[in-house]
Amino acid sequence: MSSGNPSERFVEAAGLKVEVMSGGSGRPLLVMHHDIGNQGWIPFYEELARDFTVFVPSHPGYGKSARPDWARNVRDIAIVYQSILGALGLERTAVVGLGFGGWIAAEIALGCPHRFDRMVLVGSAGIQPASGEIFDQFIVNTIDYLRAGFANPDDLEKTYGANIDAARLEAWEIAREMTTRIAWKPYMFDQAMPYLAPTISAPLMLVHGREDRIVPLSCSERYASLVPGAKLNVLDGAGHFIEAERPNELAAIVKGFVAGGR
Amino acid sequence: MHLMYFTEQPMSAYPEEEGRKLGYTALIFSNRYFDPVAASRLYQERLDEYRLAEQCGFDGIMLNEHHNAPFCMQAKCNIFASILAAMTRRVKIVLLGNPLPISDNPVRLAEELAMIDLISQGRLVSGFVRGGGTESLATNANPAYNRERFEEAHDLIIKTWTVPGPFRWEGNHYHLRVVNPWVVPLQKPHPRIWIPGVSSRETIVWAAEHRYPYLILNASIEDCKNIWKLYDESAERAGYTAGPEQRGYLIRCHVAQSEEKALRNAREFMWMQGEFTGILDPVWAAPSGYLGPWARKFLSETHGGVYQKKPAPSFERQLRAMSIIAGTPKQAVEKLRILLEETRPSILAFWANDGKVNHEDSKACIRLLGEEVLPAVREIGDRLGLKSPFEANTPVSLAATPASELRPRAGNAVA
Repeated sequence: MSSGNPSERFVEAAGLKVEVMSGGSGRPLLVMHHDIGNQGWIPFYEELARDFTVFVPSHPGYGKSARPDWARNVRDIAIVYQSILGALGLERTAVVGLGFGGWIAAEIALGCPHRFDRMVLVGSAGIQPASGEIFDQFIVNTIDYLRAGFANPDDLEKTYGANIDAARLEAWEIAREMTTRIAWKPYMFDQAMPYLAPTISAPLMLVHGREDRIVPLSCSERYASLVPGAKLNVLDGAGHFIEAERPNELAAIVKGFVAGGR
Repeated sequence: MHLMYFTEQPMSAYPEEEGRKLGYTALIFSNRYFDPVAASRLYQERLDEYRLAEQCGFDGIMLNEHHNAPFCMQAKCNIFASILAAMTRRVKIVLLGNPLPISDNPVRLAEELAMIDLISQGRLVSGFVRGGGTESLATNANPAYNRERFEEAHDLIIKTWTVPGPFRWEGNHYHLRVVNPWVVPLQKPHPRIWIPGVSSRETIVWAAEHRYPYLILNASIEDCKNIWKLYDESAERAGYTAGPEQRGYLIRCHVAQSEEKALRNAREFMWMQGEFTGILDPVWAAPSGYLGPWARKFLSETHGGVYQKKPAPSFERQLRAMSIIAGTPKQAVEKLRILLEETRPSILAFWANDGKVNHEDSKACIRLLGEEVLPAVREIGDRLGLKSPFEANTPVSLAATPASELRPRAGNAVA
């Protein structure tokens, strides 16, 4: 049994039942999962749970969280999140946003500048890359999309096994459908972000894998140039799913930054 | 019966080896391989063939459209419909059809279709489709809202055609400040609407609930029977009894003077079933959200890389199953007789020429169909009582059906 003692519960927000996984102890840390949904209590969370009470909601429409059929964009989801965080008593918390989850975290910060005391966005989407394009998952199958997210494509199998079970495939499909509903066009970014990002006031660290083939490094560079005081930490040899590739290293970066280091 | 001529308008002139090298011949197969000189010639040939089809006695010409696809040179069926409206005199111009969800302004479509109806002097049949998944990707229309957009665009077009403007439309996906196009259709209350399809249960039920004829695209006889069962049950619930006038069928059917030649040309039907073109990633055909929740397992396997598209059944097998008919006119009529007896459609579309079948052979096929096959099929149709919507003079929709002709809806009986 893991020392983080993870448990699952549901909270209600905007009329939706939202699934929340949590574990560990200490000051709160919110983790915003990727567009493939939350993949259970992964080693990255376990490492964080040594220092924090880790909260991982499944975004509305992902995992077991009810789907808001009316939601058309990521900002709609971010607004629901204000209620989710209220229901969890997280009036002020640190946050780690992973990929697409980083975009939602940024939108939450735009809507409520005091919500986060520290923000770590890892390979975050949400802003149009200055060069390159965000990898379009809808042109390829989910396996090829995931493979592109690892610097070493063999890590896909190491992470999920050689034979991915039907339940996980179905969860990925539900996630993919919800991402279609809210991030289809423009794909994975909001045209207003370059104008709004400068209003983010929480201390922000951007972490990006130099080998990230899903979200170009230029996205994090752009955020870093727009948000006052933002730091950029580029990890050589890392891909998009850094939390799976290097859980301990990423957790150490998060702990250091949230504790006040820069 | 209503007998139509159809071809997918294949672009047969492009380097096959480039398609094979890439592994795909749609969506992302580069248009650098498009040969405009050949395409211009092929368009002229198709126009010749449509003119000939009218002369040879077809009742209608069926048109369709696809995007980013060499297997179909019609990127906009309304363009060919406009040309046919002026070029032909008698045939119905049957669009099967305009993909509604990929349109961002259905009122523009309503205007275009009204113009085609007026120029053709009331010969338009305006079918609507959802468009395949590839169409969603090629035009960047969100597949998760495909069905919602289909239904809303349809409702908006019907209102545009039947309710005097100006009115405002504030829907879920479409928002129009002033709907008031000057041009509306000649046919009243509006042109007939036929719905083609092959697999989607919701579309079959939707067509039946609107009393729109449903045209099955080349399914097996057994699948046809299942589709008609579902259609008929839905029609009963809607308050009417469906008949042959609601039933359409598209059959691949190539005829020639000799069986040998017919078989050689009919083999080209395999061309767009993945043997040469039409090679798709299954992911494109069924994007997430494009199908209802019932399809989630299938989609999770498709997108999970577990499901791989099965190759099309062999040519010989398709001949045996009569999903392809090929032979002399006499041989074709025998097969068609079985098809008509078993599935009883009143609308029959002949998908006669495909792939690299050349212009001369295409014309020979059209002449033979006109001279020998169509008269025989009409006789069979008369004997079986297969009256087309025109012959039976069916109302164009459930909404246009007088209330006195409808039974109270099941479970909704009048007190």
